[in-house]
Amino acid sequence: MAKKKVVLNFPPHLIDQPITYRLVKDYDLVVNILRARITPREWGRMVVELNGNGSRLDEAMNFLADLGVVVEPLAGEIQWQEERCIHCTACVAPCPTHALDLDRVAMTVAFDRERCIACELCLNVCPYRAIEMAFE
Amino acid sequence: MANFQVNKTYQEINDKIKRGQAVVVTAEEIIDIVRKKGEAGAARTVDVVTTGTFSPMCSSGAIINFGHTKPPIKASKVWLNQVPAYAGLAAVDIYLGATEPAEDDPLNKVYPGEFKYGGGHVIQDLVAGKSVRLVAEAYGTDCYPNKHVEKDITLKQLLNAVLFNPRNCYQNYNCAVNLSNRTIYTYMGPLRPRAGNANFCTAGQLSPLFNDPYYRTIGIGTRIFLGGGVGYVVFPGSQHNPAKPRGDNGIPLGPAGTLMVIGDLKKMNSRFLVGVSLLGYGCSLSVGLGIPIPMLNEEIAHFCAITDEHLLAPIVDYGHDYPAGTGRILGHVSYAQLKSGSMTLDGKEVATVPLSSLVRAREVAGILKDWIAQGRFLLGEPVELLPADGDIDCIHTASRDS
Repeated sequence: MAKKKVVLNFPPHLIDQPITYRLVKDYDLVVNILRARITPREWGRMVVELNGNGSRLDEAMNFLADLGVVVEPLAGEIQWQEERCIHCTACVAPCPTHALDLDRVAMTVAFDRERCIACELCLNVCPYRAIEMAFE
Repeated sequence: MANFQVNKTYQEINDKIKRGQAVVVTAEEIIDIVRKKGEAGAARTVDVVTTGTFSPMCSSGAIINFGHTKPPIKASKVWLNQVPAYAGLAAVDIYLGATEPAEDDPLNKVYPGEFKYGGGHVIQDLVAGKSVRLVAEAYGTDCYPNKHVEKDITLKQLLNAVLFNPRNCYQNYNCAVNLSNRTIYTYMGPLRPRAGNANFCTAGQLSPLFNDPYYRTIGIGTRIFLGGGVGYVVFPGSQHNPAKPRGDNGIPLGPAGTLMVIGDLKKMNSRFLVGVSLLGYGCSLSVGLGIPIPMLNEEIAHFCAITDEHLLAPIVDYGHDYPAGTGRILGHVSYAQLKSGSMTLDGKEVATVPLSSLVRAREVAGILKDWIAQGRFLLGEPVELLPADGDIDCIHTASRDS
């Protein structure tokens, strides 16, 4: 079994296609939608965790690419610049998944990339601009 | 005067510091020492307790003399990296306030505004050794004919640059919640609706004025750690209010005492002066500040040993009460509770986070401890202590203490 978190970017002409259904039905993947924004006539964006057989997962990736869905890796999208962080922890309150969390003894912030769903709520909240979005 | 078992003078303690024999501990370390040795025992053993805090302190700024130009200018409008500075002083003296945003900042027109760069950031850049663009305009006089100056300045080139903060180091502060139905953006950070989070902002038992609640050792002339360098308390801070209600242990139950402080910016460190962008609110400056408390007698030991469990913050609703100026307090919560990560408000569990960096507050107290232990920092005996009684004229601020 393989697991990966990716960002799926849907061009406007694919918005009305049941693509998640195909991933589940045809490729036998467990699709966990972490975040989605689908609006008519605009690029759609969905953050998903895909879980399934390794080769089926690769086939699903090819299927998406052939359709025209732009697949981006999630890891590394949000970057926590530790040297700029002063551990004020303003980011901890809005973080919905505890990816940004506080060690209550040392009172330091830690960033767990695995938990991050790139919701971007932390970006502007940081008074020290220590959290950045990496554009590839 | 009370009769104490232990009676030390500033002179005696300073002599020990000079000989490298002073026993110095932090405000966190003194707690266990008092527990083990008792107050008098701790007062005999320990000579100085160091405190520390690091958080946004909006009432901060720098007095800068940018040097005479040729031909000379009597500047009336000045910008540093496009951030306006106050120039209504002598020819090339200016005051740069920490919360002044860059002139082209969209502010809250696109709500909530990001406030990416302001006076606090300029101060940080200067202290970090970066070059800053200065633009000055003037109407021109017979003795100062120049009407426009543009030049790059660095802190090193400046004749004088002084950090001068009219109100720092609040003694206690509000714990902010938002009982309204929408997210609000405050100087206490974004607050989610229906008490979605609670933000507080002091270092608790490490915070300077919690350790000397009646200002028995702090006053005009107290030498302090300021922004990574050496500074001084020069006066009570603006809105200093010792008459705020206190608990049975003497600790104020809300924002009470404040300090006006000064120090040579050229000797400071940008690790302890950091520009702040508060979403939807504005710019500010986070200041690292630490005060050494001389262990003159066992009463000082008593106050230094008060722990987070017995330091209480007032819970204030920034959704309605604070902007309306009602002064209503929802209740009190201990710093031990706040630091644990959650508190209960009206039967609901609310996540609590500090905006003040405890990590860096510990660093401040630790550095100050090293300076004193190594004999590099002597205590300044105040020529006058801060006002400690309620008889002084204090304005009623209705908990508007930002």
